Amino acid sequence: MKALNTAKIHKRKLRNQSLAFWTFGVISFGIVAILIVILSFILYHGFKVISWDFITKMPEDGMTKGGIYPALIGTLYLVAGSMIFAFPIGVMSAIYINEYARDGILKRFIQMMTNNLAGIPSIVFGLFGMSLFVNDLKFGASILAGSLTLGLLALPVVIRTTEESLKSIDNSFRIGSLALGASKWQTTKRVIFPMAFPNVITGLILAIGRVSGETAPILFTVAAYFLPRLPHSIFDQVMALPYHLYVISTSGTNIEASRGIAYGTALVLIMLVLITNLLANALRRYFGNKVKMN
Amino acid sequence: MNKIETRNVNLYYGDFHALKGITMSIQENSVTALIGPSGCGKSTYLRCFNRMNDLIQKVKIEGDILVEGKDIYERGVDVDELRKKVGMVFQKPNPFPKSIFENVAYGLRVNGVKNKAFIEERVERSLQQAALWEEVKDKLKKSAFALSGGQQQRLCIARALAIEPTVLLMDEPASALDPLSTAKIEELIYELKNKYTIIIVTHNMQQAGRVSDHTAFFYMGELIEVDETKVIFTNPKNVRTQNYITGRFG
Repeated sequence: MKALNTAKIHKRKLRNQSLAFWTFGVISFGIVAILIVILSFILYHGFKVISWDFITKMPEDGMTKGGIYPALIGTLYLVAGSMIFAFPIGVMSAIYINEYARDGILKRFIQMMTNNLAGIPSIVFGLFGMSLFVNDLKFGASILAGSLTLGLLALPVVIRTTEESLKSIDNSFRIGSLALGASKWQTTKRVIFPMAFPNVITGLILAIGRVSGETAPILFTVAAYFLPRLPHSIFDQVMALPYHLYVISTSGTNIEASRGIAYGTALVLIMLVLITNLLANALRRYFGNKVKMN
Repeated sequence: MNKIETRNVNLYYGDFHALKGITMSIQENSVTALIGPSGCGKSTYLRCFNRMNDLIQKVKIEGDILVEGKDIYERGVDVDELRKKVGMVFQKPNPFPKSIFENVAYGLRVNGVKNKAFIEERVERSLQQAALWEEVKDKLKKSAFALSGGQQQRLCIARALAIEPTVLLMDEPASALDPLSTAKIEELIYELKNKYTIIIVTHNMQQAGRVSDHTAFFYMGELIEVDETKVIFTNPKNVRTQNYITGRFG
């Protein structure tokens, strides 16, 4: 009787287990499938358009022919500019929050505000950037104004990931260093930050991924509808890939004729993010090994 | 001669009274063992000597703690200098993710030593003192993480010795190690007491008996008894000490 019961329970356990297994499995594969569908759709349509000329030529004939060179370069400038601004400031804030600030109201306030910053819609960043950088500080619509606006957007991402990677370093390393007469700054600089660095890099790349695809923040601060030349200074406007995609898909001179170029642009944008991600992984692995070795 | 003296030391973690009026002195070039059940305050007391308790928030310390006759909690005391003089080895080996060489050189580098030959010489000597040199001399550039737990702990001892402290604090240095490594550490402590004043916290009564000259028994934040080790283990004055060392509680 008893043996029968356990057999029953065992059977039910097995059934529940396989049910859970299949449900979760199907859901996971569903997510991957969606990604694959999007990617292959864009790849299928975009691949026909992409060529060396496409990424190195100026747009022609009202953006229905030619390439996307200025938009690609513009996006690269904006990503670099925003990171020059956001990376050092974000890393320094995270070091302050995690290594220096004592637990208390001030620290909690800073953390809460960084989280709130991450939750602000990107169009609000765009309008804020326009009013502060473009108008009040008189940078005009320019690479500088756009980079600063995108940098603000990236700041919470950099702060959060850096903070998390610092937090994951076991306290015994800090105590061990301080016990040898090292100052807090020496401890951070020589032991803790190098250990956290591989993950900090990952945060940086995540921020790059976020920034390179944003349209709203650059809409009023830097992006040009059509500007078939490269910028001469940081006070010039530029074209940018996400905005270019938006323009030729919704308000170009001839949307139907630009369709191929739109797919090509989308593909280049995705490839850009994909390549930075791969690069991030490679860097992380490289620095991860180095940290262990030195 | 007394290397360290404490007079009526009280320590509070917030509202918790962790050390209650500890008055005790520690002799130069000897080994003093602090024993007692978990939570008795022995590790807290140990961490007073290099001001590691400063790192914990809401700690309040009263009384005098004198190292070489100077009050280390006085205003204007350079804590980094103090920690150079009073080295520490922790319960869990905590080498840095650097090479064996760089681990030992770390204390010198953060204290501004740049002379390469001097650093090399000091690293070698410290590793010899920690009885690790023979095992690692051919792989100084290898990661410290590749060493065994016992070797890592001896590396941490070498790291502490490299900046030439005069006092060495050891917080249960062998409790995470296998018996063979423990024996090595104990042997090492015996060697080191010729040059250093050693204070060791231990849960292991036999260990206290084997390595120390003096033993202090702590219970519930109070110093119950301190005397020569052989007296504590053969003829303790206090009944609670007797109960503890005979294993009736703890």
